Amino acid sequence: MMPFGSEYALMIFGMGMVTFVPRWLPLIFLSRRQLPQWLVDWLDFIPVAILSALLAPLLLTSGAGPHLDFGRAELFAALPTFGVAYLTRSLGGTVLAGMLVFWLIRLYWPV
Amino acid sequence: MQRPFSPSALRRGLAAAWPICLGYVPIGMALGVLGQKAGLHPLAIGFMSLIVFAGSSQFIAVSMLSSGMPALTIVLTTLVVNLRHLLMSSALAIPFRGQPRGLLTLFAYGVTDESFAVNYPKLLEGNWQIDHALVVNHAANLTWIVSTIAGGYGGQYIPEGAFGIDYALIAMFICLLIFQLRGRVYVLTAIAAGVLAVGLSLLLPGNWHIIVASMLAATMGTILKRQYRRSAE
Repeated sequence: MMPFGSEYALMIFGMGMVTFVPRWLPLIFLSRRQLPQWLVDWLDFIPVAILSALLAPLLLTSGAGPHLDFGRAELFAALPTFGVAYLTRSLGGTVLAGMLVFWLIRLYWPV
Repeated sequence: MQRPFSPSALRRGLAAAWPICLGYVPIGMALGVLGQKAGLHPLAIGFMSLIVFAGSSQFIAVSMLSSGMPALTIVLTTLVVNLRHLLMSSALAIPFRGQPRGLLTLFAYGVTDESFAVNYPKLLEGNWQIDHALVVNHAANLTWIVSTIAGGYGGQYIPEGAFGIDYALIAMFICLLIFQLRGRVYVLTAIAAGVLAVGLSLLLPGNWHIIVASMLAATMGTILKRQYRRSAE
């Protein structure tokens, strides 16, 4: 027996399509053109902007309707994690240090 | 380009990818558990991970499925949640200028927040080819698919939050953000994006705050860079 029906499969293919196209179109078309300098500059700021825009709400907001929250364990653990990242410049080391700090904070200091 | 997928490309790719994989295990398993609770077979979840491969929209899809939303609504929500990949793939198009379309298509499938953040700075440094980037994307993808299926079969037996593993991706974003602070304008752009994203997340539905905040902050960064350049001349 199939583990799922054709309606589910159709929905998944739809989801796959709308996920793939935004990932694919710019790579195919922009990599074939000489882009103007302002666009190259703008795109060069996109990574730092996206990372910060992804990260800040994870540290500073909570709840489904989200609200500001300055007391999250995620935020307290972020301070030493930033320090380790800055000093060691090691991705793996930072991940392990961050996990350790977060684990300890939640064990001993339930915020 | 050197021979694609040489042992050295595989080794270097995996060395860069393991923090992503570590972070994906608990999240993938959590998705598997939720999917199973929503009545999905573990292989149905794995099928979704294979075809869609977009963590946050998969969580949203599972919760929408369990509240009986129509498929079309779920597909449209997925589109909106993943529009931010337009920005990432546009940024990646610059270091990947002139690469063959086939490889770019294979690569596009695996563009995520995490693989983008790992690959982009390495591509800027040079000494990082598309085959290294492909290894990163597909190692992450494989880990994600396996984790979601494993979660569907037995995730509920694993204690939540063990060893702080659910902080792995946040810690990774923190480190990658530090790597991206390549000068004063980048720091200012990051601060603007963070403040805007938090403010907008309180106002806008879905993931719009990420897209809008990133675009505004990048625009600010571009203008600032021009002004610094002009005042230096």
